Order: sequence, then structure tokens, then C-alpha cells
Amino acid sequence: LQDIRNTVGNIPMEWYQDFPHIGYDLDGKKIYKPIRNKDELDMFLEKMENPDYWRTVQDKMTGADIKLTDEQVDLVHRLQRGQFGDVHFNPYEPAVDFFTHEVMIHPVTNRPADKRSFIPSLIEKEKVSKLVHAIKMGWIKPRKPKDDSPSYYDLWAHEDPNSILGRHKMHVPAPKMKLPGHEESYNPPPEYLLSEEEKLAWEQQEVAERKLNFVPQRFGSLRQVPAYPRFIQERFERCLDLYLCPRQRKMRVNVNPEDLIPKLPKPRDLQPFPTTQALIYRGHSSLVRCLSISPSGQWLVSGSDDGTVRFWEVCTARCMKTLPVGGVVKSIAWNPNPTICLVAICVEQSVLLVNPCLGDKLLYGATDQLLESYVAPEEERVQPVRWVTATAEEHSKGIRLVIQHSKAVKQVTWHGKGDYLASVVSDNSSMQVLIHQSSKRWSQSPFRRSKGMVQVVLFHPTRPYFFVATQRYVRIYNLLKQELTKKLMTNCKWVSSMAIHPGGDNIICGSYDSKLAWFDLDLSTRPYQLLRHHKRALRSVAFHRRYPLFASGSDDGSVIVCHGMVYNDLLQNPLLVPVKVLKGHVITLDLGVLDVLFHPTQPWVFSSGADGTIRLYT
Amino acid sequence: TIPRRLCILKGIYPHEPKHKKKVNKGSTAPRTFYLLKDIKFLLHEPIVSKFREYKVFVRKLRKAFGKSEWGTVERLKDNKPTYRLDHIVKERYPTFTDALRDLDDALSMCFLFSTFPRTGKCHVQTVQLCRRLAVEWLNYIIASRSLRKVFLSIKGIYYQAEVLGQPITWITPYTFAHDHPTDVDYRVMATFTEFYTTLLGFVNFRLYHSLNLVYPPKIDGQADVELKPTEGKEYAMDSESYLEKLSALSASLARVVAPAHEDEVEMDEFPVEGETSEEMDTRKKEQEALEKQKKLFEGLRFFLSREVPREPLAFIIRCFGGQVSWDKSLCIGATYGVSDPSITHHIVDRPRPEPQLVGRCYLQPQWVFDSVNAKMCLPVADYFPGVLLPPHLSPFVTEQEGDYVPPEKLKLLALQRGENPDEESEEEEEEEEEEDDNDKEEEEDEDESEKEEEMKLKKMEEQKTQSNKALPVKVTAGKVRLEDRKRLEQEQQSEEKRLAIMMMKKREKYLYKKIMFGKKRKVREANKLAAKRKAHDTAVKEEKKKSKKARRA
Repeated sequence: LQDIRNTVGNIPMEWYQDFPHIGYDLDGKKIYKPIRNKDELDMFLEKMENPDYWRTVQDKMTGADIKLTDEQVDLVHRLQRGQFGDVHFNPYEPAVDFFTHEVMIHPVTNRPADKRSFIPSLIEKEKVSKLVHAIKMGWIKPRKPKDDSPSYYDLWAHEDPNSILGRHKMHVPAPKMKLPGHEESYNPPPEYLLSEEEKLAWEQQEVAERKLNFVPQRFGSLRQVPAYPRFIQERFERCLDLYLCPRQRKMRVNVNPEDLIPKLPKPRDLQPFPTTQALIYRGHSSLVRCLSISPSGQWLVSGSDDGTVRFWEVCTARCMKTLPVGGVVKSIAWNPNPTICLVAICVEQSVLLVNPCLGDKLLYGATDQLLESYVAPEEERVQPVRWVTATAEEHSKGIRLVIQHSKAVKQVTWHGKGDYLASVVSDNSSMQVLIHQSSKRWSQSPFRRSKGMVQVVLFHPTRPYFFVATQRYVRIYNLLKQELTKKLMTNCKWVSSMAIHPGGDNIICGSYDSKLAWFDLDLSTRPYQLLRHHKRALRSVAFHRRYPLFASGSDDGSVIVCHGMVYNDLLQNPLLVPVKVLKGHVITLDLGVLDVLFHPTQPWVFSSGADGTIRLYT
Repeated sequence: TIPRRLCILKGIYPHEPKHKKKVNKGSTAPRTFYLLKDIKFLLHEPIVSKFREYKVFVRKLRKAFGKSEWGTVERLKDNKPTYRLDHIVKERYPTFTDALRDLDDALSMCFLFSTFPRTGKCHVQTVQLCRRLAVEWLNYIIASRSLRKVFLSIKGIYYQAEVLGQPITWITPYTFAHDHPTDVDYRVMATFTEFYTTLLGFVNFRLYHSLNLVYPPKIDGQADVELKPTEGKEYAMDSESYLEKLSALSASLARVVAPAHEDEVEMDEFPVEGETSEEMDTRKKEQEALEKQKKLFEGLRFFLSREVPREPLAFIIRCFGGQVSWDKSLCIGATYGVSDPSITHHIVDRPRPEPQLVGRCYLQPQWVFDSVNAKMCLPVADYFPGVLLPPHLSPFVTEQEGDYVPPEKLKLLALQRGENPDEESEEEEEEEEEEDDNDKEEEEDEDESEKEEEMKLKKMEEQKTQSNKALPVKVTAGKVRLEDRKRLEQEQQSEEKRLAIMMMKKREKYLYKKIMFGKKRKVREANKLAAKRKAHDTAVKEEKKKSKKARRA
């Protein structure tokens, strides 16, 4: 055997696995691995045939096969059995005592005792004196006597039932923990167990949001119930709640919800009011924007986006007359004077005064005569509008006069006497509101300055007052004194419509933010009540001339009729009770009811809708 | 910062300011606020100085350890400062009823700590003290028979006792080793426990004296003799055997004055002012029911099998006057063996018990709990071993009107009223069986009926054609449209209500809507539970039917 010294040191020999050599000798030359050209079959054959195969091992350092000698094999066997490697070593030699157990008569050493074992120790003295000093100085306290007072005694022997908590009167005792319900049982009724989806939902919920802080489970018997893994956590959380949670007395509202509902008079006691849909007036092909009714209550006129004005007979729903006006009809108003048969119609930039030629021939003949009896004044006065007499063709259709404005007209309304009419122009100047006198064909602009976009104007039914609603305020002018008498805050964002109580002391305003404000002019400039009955914007409101009723129409397609009783007694506030919600109009283009109107004598209400119909509720 | 320990001991809690912005310098960030008064109050506490002393002691001790001055260490340890919480207990609970009212958490905590291992998480003394106090409490409840309700939940066992008119509820965990969580601060819990043990000790003392019992509790002389036999020595060390005997809950306690044989003084009835005779009657009835409940298990002898949780069952049975025993090897304090012929109820919790002895009921433990909650001994048939148990209901739920009431509860209520719903249900079952039979017949019948229907249709058609032939113009008699008056009225009322709601003020409307929403949600939940139950019941029935069919086939 050659003396090969591998110089690689104590390293894992796998590092040389892929190399032909296995290390370097002392001269730095490679030590090559012995050639191994045996394949597995050869190996197997060798394993089978070589009788010494079992005692052949591979030397890792040289890579050579070494056959173990008999002694080496013996050594391995002995080590495996846990015996000593040396054959000749005897682990069970007889023991020899170091000292004898017998008592001897002579001492081991005969040395005389030191002097220091007879005199007191200086070091100890020093220590003691230190302790004494420390005790004297109070640094060390003598052991305290055992406290043998009983650990528990009757603490509340002299309790004072009236005594309050030492801290303060406002102590809030900690609320008790919630008592468990059926779902916490180890064997709950089956309906309390969570289904798969519920379990999933429970797992996905935030821990704080969970209604139950555990999943209900069912165990067949008590022995199957395991320990609850979150028991300690729950106690701990309770501890945290006790000392970290602010406590507050919360007044639990314990009201019967029925008691919250205001006690209103029954609608049945407030009859008459319209309850059912009676008639539908069909004919318009587009949305019907405006309605008006003759003072006698026999004829109804409606203006629509299809450019026509239709006259209906109320009781039969028959269209008596169709008047094409060639433009969108924004507003329409029948002269409230029963002796005059005249309708004002807003079409684009002009207001048409139309004699519908319906009803009593004498009556409408007289109206024509009245209009024709006009004599032009000698000197032409400067007017903001032009009064034009209708042409022959127009005359045959019924149009008598045309008041031509410079801008598009929004609204027209008559004074109660039937001579004056006011029109609103969509403009932002001072010329927004114009008051016309039809008998003298004379117009004037009452305001010097504009106070904002005028939405609606109204005449007071009896007194010389004029109501102008801008977006957020309603101003009341005295026309005689020519001054502002009142300014009402509507508390709404955008007023859409306004109506006045026939008594003249109450106003209602509808607004696009779906509120209806009731003003009592004697009470205050703020709304007496703000009703939020509708879900969408209010388009129009109306008062009944005789009955204590008012109605509002809204984009949600409903008309709400309310009982609005005004008492003569000034001390009693008006009583407002909603009595009926009337539905019928189909919502088209996000618009529902566009105009509502009461019959002058009957408790009937008309509504015109975006679906091109007019409905009568009786 | 406020010292946490002081806050816990003195029961100081933070405060929610009325104007958060004003207090918090304009910011609304979440912070905890304490009342200045409270903090000042804390500073005046004498225990603060004790805490300081302790801190100094710890510092000195550490120093001595560092210098390895063992003598000093010994000396310091001898003079370890201690403090007592008596005055704080008295201050926080000026009257005894106050203390009782706040006992829930104290008990739950003590029962939890008494199950802790004696290593690691907290001091051994604390655990031992908690165990002692808990056992004392249980013994008091037994002696005063004031347990009212018990509930086996998946979290643990809830007990409710009524002590001096105060309902006290506590929960004990099931007796398993705890898997100690890492996200729990044991120091906080230990501080709470420190206070609670003091409180519970004083309460126990007072309660024991109110019943003329010796405190610390002593086992009654006769029972003591009975318990003497040497088995105790094998079971526990001398120092511990007494507590173990106590905690076995099988012996009655010694009294200061020997009880004069249940001399229950007849209480004179004073009618409370403004109380009608009806109310008085109901009160009397309640009183009687209570007395009856207290003697629920009187005269019954129970034997607990090994697999049954011994302590809760022994406690409950003893609370209601029953006698209880268990296997000698299970615990100290067993008074009679399995083979005692006088045993009336044997509580087992295995599917198939070994040879059953004649003359006793073998029951599952739930029977005891359900009987206590029902205030009567329930019929045993549902609770035999291996039987599918009826659901265990919570006794703490009192259903209000509109709440969902599980059918088992209805059954129980009927039982309490003295009716016997079992018979009915059996009849129902029989009926159902009959129905099942009918179903089959119907199935057979169906073909025939279909044929019949076809015939009918044909006939009708014939009739029609005939009539058509006879009269080319048909006039049918007008039907009188019956107006459902009730419905109309209802509609009208609902409309009135809707209109009235429209007139509500904004704030009231909001409140009303909120209340109504809550009510609706409640109804929805109840409906959901009912629907679930129905689905479950039908599923079970289907299964039964199938199995029956399979058996027949």
C-alpha cells in the first residue's frame, strides 16, 4: 500500500465528486481516483460473487476499496456491542477503598490547633459591628412581626345604606355581560346552526362586525364537547372593557312607535276631497304643461308641448276645440272674471289673448265687443311690449290680441277682476315682470331693479298686493303704495310654483327640492310648516277656491291632496292634514305631474302629466 | 400616564367627553380621557405609597442579587412589603348588595384562574386561593340552595344563582388544559384577580355568616367521620386533603349554631301597598314554585359515571337536594358505590353502558341540566344513553312577543303548564304515518284521478259546444262583486297611517323609521329561523320516510 497523503484537509469529500482526482499529495500533484469502470451489473455480480464483499469499505480520502482485516472486523463488532475497544481492558477490577471504614485510634495528622481557633474572629466581629451599625442607623429593619389579623372579616358590618360611592355620585356600574342565547348551546335547535353560506359570510366578516363571536356547533353528547379555545381571550377582553372602555349612560328611547305618529283628524271626517280618478282627457301628443279652467267650471283649457291648445268640456272629457299656436305653450290662464270669456296663452315671445267662443254666445260676444271698443289714445306712449290686433286668419281661430314681448314669456296670470294680467319673461333684467291692462292695451314694468330670477308671480285675490317668487324668496309688493311689504324666506333651494289661499293670508310654495312651504302671512316670514310629502321635485301647487283643500303635483307622478283649514280666529293656527295620494300619471322623461288645478266649485282636481293626458279626480 | 394597576384596583374608567374637539385641542383623534377628579382621587390613595415601597424593595433585591449578598437577599425577602385591598373593596362597594351586584366577573375570573396549571402563567398562591374561594362559593350555594339556572354552552357552563335577591351569573370553562394564548396580557388579568379574590373572600365570609356557617368552611362532624377512612391519604397530601374533601362537594358544612331541624318560620304575609290580590297571588305562586324548585332532586340518589364531569353535576344535584356519589377512584368523598340498590338515577355518557342494573334510570347528563331549567323532573325517555338528545335550550332567553320561539321551548312550556304534548306528538306521528300510507294510496289513485279529470274536461267541452249551439249570443249572469269589507277597512287604515306618517316632524320620522326598521329586522330574523326549522323538519321527515320505505322493501 502506498503512503498517499491527501492534503485537502477535513472537508466534505463530495466536493470532489465531479473531478477525476480526489485531492493533492504533498508535492501538490493530483491524486487520481482509482479507475472505476464497473457498471451496476458488474457491481451486482461482485456483490454476489465476492465472498469478502461485506468486509470491503471505501476509503473516502483515497477512494480506494479496502478489505478489513479480521482484527478490524472484530473491533467493529465490539464497538457495536458497546464494549471497550481494547480487548484486554477489564472494566470490573476489584475496588480499593481510599480510606478505611474502620475507626483508627490515631489521628491522621497530629498538628496542634491554631491560636485563631481559640480567640473570637475579627472578621466576624467586623461584620457584626457593621450590622449593629446598620440597625442603629435604621438601614436594616428587624424582621417585622407576622401580621396575624384575619385576612377576611365582616367588611360590611357597619354599612351605611345611604352612603354613596366614595368617588363620586356619577359612578356608572359596569354593564353585565350578555347572557347566552340558544345558539350558544352545545346542542342547539337545528335552526340556530349556520348553513354553509352563513358560515362563509361569518368568516369573511370583520371580527368586530360579527353578531356572534363564535360559530354555533352541535355535539351529540356532553363528552364530545371540547374546550373553548377563546375562553381566556374572552375573559381578557372583558377585563379590558372594564378598565379601558369609557362608560356612558345612554338613554334608551323607549317609545311606542305608534305614539310617535301624530294624531290627525281622520281623512273621512274631512270630506269632501277628490278620492278616485274619474276621467282622462286624451288628445295631446306631448307633455301637457299647463291647465286652466273657466270661472264657471264648465270648460278646461290645456296647453301642451305639441304646439296646440285644447279646450275641453269638463264633464264629458270631450275636446271642443283645438287651437294650433305654433309653439310650446308655457302657461295658460283663463280670465277669472265670469263676464269675460278670454284666455291668456304664453307662446314663445308673445301672450295671446284668445276668445274661445265657448258657452254662452252673449257672453263671448260681449267680450269681443269689449275688446273692439278700444280706442287708441291720441299720443303713442312708450311701452315695453307691442300690442298687436290679430289678423283676420288668427281672428277666425279665436285669437283677438297678441302682446309681443322681446323675450320668451314664462308665465301669465290674471288679476281677480280680469282686467290686469301679469307676465313673466325669462330674462335677468328689471323687465322680467310686466303688468298689462287689457282694456287699455297698456303695459308697464313695475320694478326698477331685478332681484333675481323671477319664478312665479301672483296677484292677491282681494287686495292690491303682488307676489313675486324668486328662486329662494317670495316678495310681496303693495301695488298702491308701490313698496315692498314683506319678504318671505322659503327655506327651499328653488321655488317652482306658488299658490295663494282664497282668503289671501296664506301662501304655499312648491320647490324643486321636493318641499312644500306653507306661509301664514300674519305669523312670520318663515314657513309655518315645511311639508316633505313628495319624493321628487314639486311642479305645481294649487288651492281650492271654496273648500279647504290644496294639492301638489310632483315629478314622482303623484298628486297629494291635503286638507288645509284656515281659521278665522287669529289665535288658531292652520290645520294641515294630508288626505289623499292620487296616482295615475305615468312617468315619462323623468317627469310626472306638471300641473294641478282645482275645479272652481266642485271638490275635483285636475292634473296634467308628462304622458300627454289630463286626469280628473273626483 | 395613569398607572394601570391602580386604575384596575380602584375601578377607574376613562370618560367620553361631551365635546371631543374642545378637550382634545381641536383634533378628533381617538384618545382616552380620564376625569381630572378621578386622577386626583387616585393620587390620594394610600396604596400608592405601598406600591412605591414594593418598587424599592424590588430594586434592593435586584441589587443584592447582583452583588450575590445572599444574607441581604434573605433579610429583604423577610421584610417583603405587603398591602391589603380591604379599604378599596369597602370604598368601591359601600353596601353588601353593591358587591353582590358586581360579583359576576369576579366569580368567572376566579373559576378560570382556579383551573390554571400551577406553573408558569401566574403565582401558585393565586391559583390556590382562587380554587379555595371558588370551592367556598360553591359550598355556600349548595348550603343556601340558591342555584336557579344552568346552561351547557360551547364556551363553558353557565350558572345563575340568586343570592339575596341578586341574580349572579358565572361561567366555568370545561375542565381541559388551557391552550394559553399569546395575545393576552396575564398581568392585567392577575391584577383583576387580585382584587376579585379579596372581594370574593369578604363576600364569602359575610354569606357564610348569614347562614350561620363556620368560615373558613368546615365539614359537618358526622360527615367528617364518614369521610375519615384512609382513602383520603392515598388521594392527597394532608395539607391538601381538606380542600379536596371540601371541593368534592359531597358533605354538608358545619354550622355555628346547630340547625333546629328546618324550623322554617311561617312568614306573615304583608300585602304590599298598591298591589292587587291578583298580583299577590302570582307572587305567592312564584314563591311556591321556587320552594318546589329548591327541592327538585330531594330524595333522589344519583351516581355519576367516570366519564361525566363530576364537579358541575355534583354541584347541581346537591344544590337541589339530591344525594350524589361517584366511583371511589374518581375522587375523594364518594359516599356509596355503584352497586348500591338505592340509587335511582345513574348518569352516564357513553353510547352503550355495561350491564344495566334494574331499579335505576340510566340517563345522560343533559337531563339534570334540562330538569333544573324546567323546574321539574323531565320525562326520562328522551335522555336514555345512546338516544338522540333533544336540543338543550338556554334558560336565559325570555321570548318577547314577536320573537322566534323554538318548538322545543313551546313543548317545554306546555309541559310546565301540566299538559302532555308528548301524547299529542305521538298521535301526530301516527297520523303522519297514516298520511304516509295515504300518500301511497294517493299515488296509486293518481292515475285514476287523472283519467277522471280527463273525463270531466271532455264533458265540460261537450256542454260548452252544446250551449254554444243553443244560444249564439251568450248572456252570463252578472256576479255580485263582494267587497271585502275587512280588507277595505284595513286598506283605509293603512292609508291613514301612511298619510299621518307623512305629517311627522323630521326628527320623529327618523326615530320612527329607525324603530320600524329594527322591528322589521327582528321579524325577518324570526321568519328566517322559522323557515330554517321548517326546512330541517321536512328534510328529517323525508329521511324517515325513505328509511321506512327501505325497511318495508
